[in-house]
Amino acid sequence: MAALNLLPLAPDLFLVVALLFTAWRALYTRALFPAVVFFVAFGMLLALAWMRLEAPDVALAETAIGAGLTGALLMAAVARLRGRDEERP
Amino acid sequence: MKRAGSAVLALVLAGLAALMAWIVTRPVQPGRDVPAHIAGSIGDSGVSHPVTAVLLNFRGYDTLLELVVLLVALAGVRCLAPLPPPRGGAPVGGVLSELASLLLPVLVLVALYLLWAGASRPGGAFQGGALLAAAGILALLAGRDRFLWRFEHRLWPLASLGVGVFLIVAAGTLGGSGVLLGLPPGHAGTLILVIEGFALFSIAVTLVALFLGTGELEDREP
Amino acid sequence: MTGQALYAVVGCALFCLGFHALVVAAHPLRRLLAVNVMGSSVFLVLVAGSAPGDPLPQALVITGIVVAVAATALGLNLLLRLSVPAADGESGGGESGNGRQPS
Repeated sequence: MAALNLLPLAPDLFLVVALLFTAWRALYTRALFPAVVFFVAFGMLLALAWMRLEAPDVALAETAIGAGLTGALLMAAVARLRGRDEERP
Repeated sequence: MKRAGSAVLALVLAGLAALMAWIVTRPVQPGRDVPAHIAGSIGDSGVSHPVTAVLLNFRGYDTLLELVVLLVALAGVRCLAPLPPPRGGAPVGGVLSELASLLLPVLVLVALYLLWAGASRPGGAFQGGALLAAAGILALLAGRDRFLWRFEHRLWPLASLGVGVFLIVAAGTLGGSGVLLGLPPGHAGTLILVIEGFALFSIAVTLVALFLGTGELEDREP
Repeated sequence: MTGQALYAVVGCALFCLGFHALVVAAHPLRRLLAVNVMGSSVFLVLVAGSAPGDPLPQALVITGIVVAVAATALGLNLLLRLSVPAADGESGGGESGNGRQPS
């Protein structure tokens, strides 16, 4: 059956759909804080993608820097902006 | 009007995405087999992990410039007039405090391990430096910011250490063999470890300073 | 389609998604997020479009990730500077409410 050819790709398909979903929500959520949370989740999923692509060094860097540090920076900024212009598009 | 424009843009970009996807999936014949070339030269590079060899030896110049870019970003941030300190949040809770006590030594240890392991397996200065910076940020979030007084007026010397050591090594190679950053195969391993060690520390200092942002280091609310 | 090609295609889709958000968004923080997504998508295409385990694009991407976080930090501080009043008022220098010494 043709569908069975897709089976080895199943984790990649899930990861890809999750990547697209978190990126879309991160960019188009109305409120800022959930957007940042989705962005951090996007970073973590991207780290998994790096592992699937056989790039463990990049996965380490992405988790620590891309998701962790960027997440901390963004959350600190959102906390300072809280209540000021959260609902701007 | 804006919604219509946004929809048209979305349509155009969808077409562009399809075109790019088609281009990217075309089979390509590389001009030379780079992974094989790297695997062939790795014996002389001083480390056995190919990514570390590329980062610190074969493309060391790019890494040097990357460290400088970090300093440039720090300079840009420090040039800004101070922001008011953030309005006080909740006091540090027990869980965060306990977690910080447990995690901080582990983070420092793992960061140093990544530095050492980068020679033969995934790791290296950037990953370790990011972890050390995470340890610093965790300490700040848990209210343990007394270590900041050590860095009060020494931010720039400490942050520039990585670039400085790298430049010294570069000058040495230029003077010694005439090839910029051409590490001699005999000492390449040691030189890479030295460069990575100082770079790890400087990266951590720079990233924590970027997180702290503007304002004097000792003016933080406890 | 192999796994690698799938990630390369997703990279293209994410790039266009990020670009659309960059153009459409009004808040600067959202634009920063969009630029970061675009950058990550380029890294995806770079690594997924090369041989598995090829160290050269991986090194380039690690460099790119570090540069991206530096740029994001600078961008965030600029954004905060533009939207939050100065610590000691617009006159610059002089008395301030929290004892901060003008540098």
